[in-house]
Amino acid sequence: MLDPNPNTGSDDLTIGIRVSGAQLGFGDTKIFADLAVDFAPGSFTCILGSSGVGKSSLLRMIAGLVPNSTGTIVASDGEALTGRITYMDQRDLLLPWLCALDNVMLGARLRGEPQDRSRATALLAQVGLADHPHKLPRQLSGGMRQRVALARTLMEDRPVVLMDEPFSAVDALTRMKLQDLSARLLAGRTVVMVTHDPMEAARLGTCVHVMSGSPATLDDGFHPAGSVPRELADPEVADLHRTLLGKLELAVP
Amino acid sequence: MNAVMRGAVTIAGVLGAWQVFVWLSGVAPFMLPGPWAVATTWASHASYLAEHAAITGAEILLGLGLGTVVGVASALAIISFAPARRWLMPALVVSQAVPVFALAPLLVLWLGYGMASKVTMAALIIYFPVATAFLDGLRRTEPGWLDLAETMTGGKRPFAVLLRVRIPAALPGLASGLRVGAAVAPIGAVVGEWVGSGAGLGYVMLHANGRMQTDLMFAALATLAVIALATYFTVDWGLRRMIPWQIETAPGDAKPSGELRA
Repeated sequence: MLDPNPNTGSDDLTIGIRVSGAQLGFGDTKIFADLAVDFAPGSFTCILGSSGVGKSSLLRMIAGLVPNSTGTIVASDGEALTGRITYMDQRDLLLPWLCALDNVMLGARLRGEPQDRSRATALLAQVGLADHPHKLPRQLSGGMRQRVALARTLMEDRPVVLMDEPFSAVDALTRMKLQDLSARLLAGRTVVMVTHDPMEAARLGTCVHVMSGSPATLDDGFHPAGSVPRELADPEVADLHRTLLGKLELAVP
Repeated sequence: MNAVMRGAVTIAGVLGAWQVFVWLSGVAPFMLPGPWAVATTWASHASYLAEHAAITGAEILLGLGLGTVVGVASALAIISFAPARRWLMPALVVSQAVPVFALAPLLVLWLGYGMASKVTMAALIIYFPVATAFLDGLRRTEPGWLDLAETMTGGKRPFAVLLRVRIPAALPGLASGLRVGAAVAPIGAVVGEWVGSGAGLGYVMLHANGRMQTDLMFAALATLAVIALATYFTVDWGLRRMIPWQIETAPGDAKPSGELRA
């Protein structure tokens, strides 16, 4: 009855993203001037940087949500990214009048497509909310709401997943669980996650960039070894955490 | 003590003070009849009052319906089409700048002494609060929801986004407008009746006043108050049931109810 593996619906999940010549400014402030970066197909990229440096702006530009930006943002196959990305915010952005299940199926509902209830139910079960499909968001805790948002992100089944500090508003234990869940369920997709937490990047990143400066630039990127999610107890994670903190300190004078 | 009890005690207190004042002051009944005199008049004129109350009630409900439909349609047109914004917005503001009471004689002249002029009057008076409250709600959609919808649809389905995101998000705003509308609609109907009519509670009041039947006037007034309160509370109750997801807080509330910890 239930799809045994509801997480992998489409066959081609691996496209990369190529950003070049990206420019963005508000008034006299230049956020980016000629920014270029490549995100490899299937990579889990974390972007670290201090608050306000432009991490979220880059993500929003890739998502096509910044109308006054210039530059080229294309998929590695040369096609446009429209319709191939899904976006997850720090806030759960659940619609308060829809139950958890209907929130998960929002994309299909908006596009006028048939709603796959069994797949949505299975995804809710995967994020540990099998018992609460018909609850309204206000009846759920912050961590549970963010899980629904994760299920909604997975339901979209897009090859590129953009995440803007998705777990920064939940408590430490919930955050760790959500990180494990995301690394597991998003494996194979191209993920770009903005975070201000070096520990999060140390656990999840197969590539870690540090963003700094004004106008902002990205460093060449750091490619930690090993599969994700890395265990907290793993001594390598502690080393990585230290390394990334050092890079952040260098980048932010 | 619950709200109903508190309300009953307050009303009983006011009525008691009123009766005592009438006894002690010996004021003439045509100046101020006591509540008991009003009650007996109400009882003896029950069918007469009911007949006119039905007309005023119908005017209020039809006015509410008409004003809501036109107000909601205006707000949707303004949010959806740029030309509508340029042409309808000024009309919306002007509709409120002209005192509706001053229009009452004109409406009676144009639409006659029957219900049409009173319904129009009530609709005009609620049009502005409904249209502006709904429009405000439509304009203040959480930007994050719109961004999410944008990435989901690629910006190709603005009507679906309006229907599934903007309009539901604006319902609490519309509800505020409707509550104001329900509270002021009786004013529109009665003012219309005062200016010129052959039926309705406003007509009864004017007629009774001219014949010094002050007790009957008070009885009509009390009937009108009951209709106004019933309208308001019915609308309020219906709106709460329609928008159960809206979280209400009052100063002093620690947390919205229904919140879980996990």
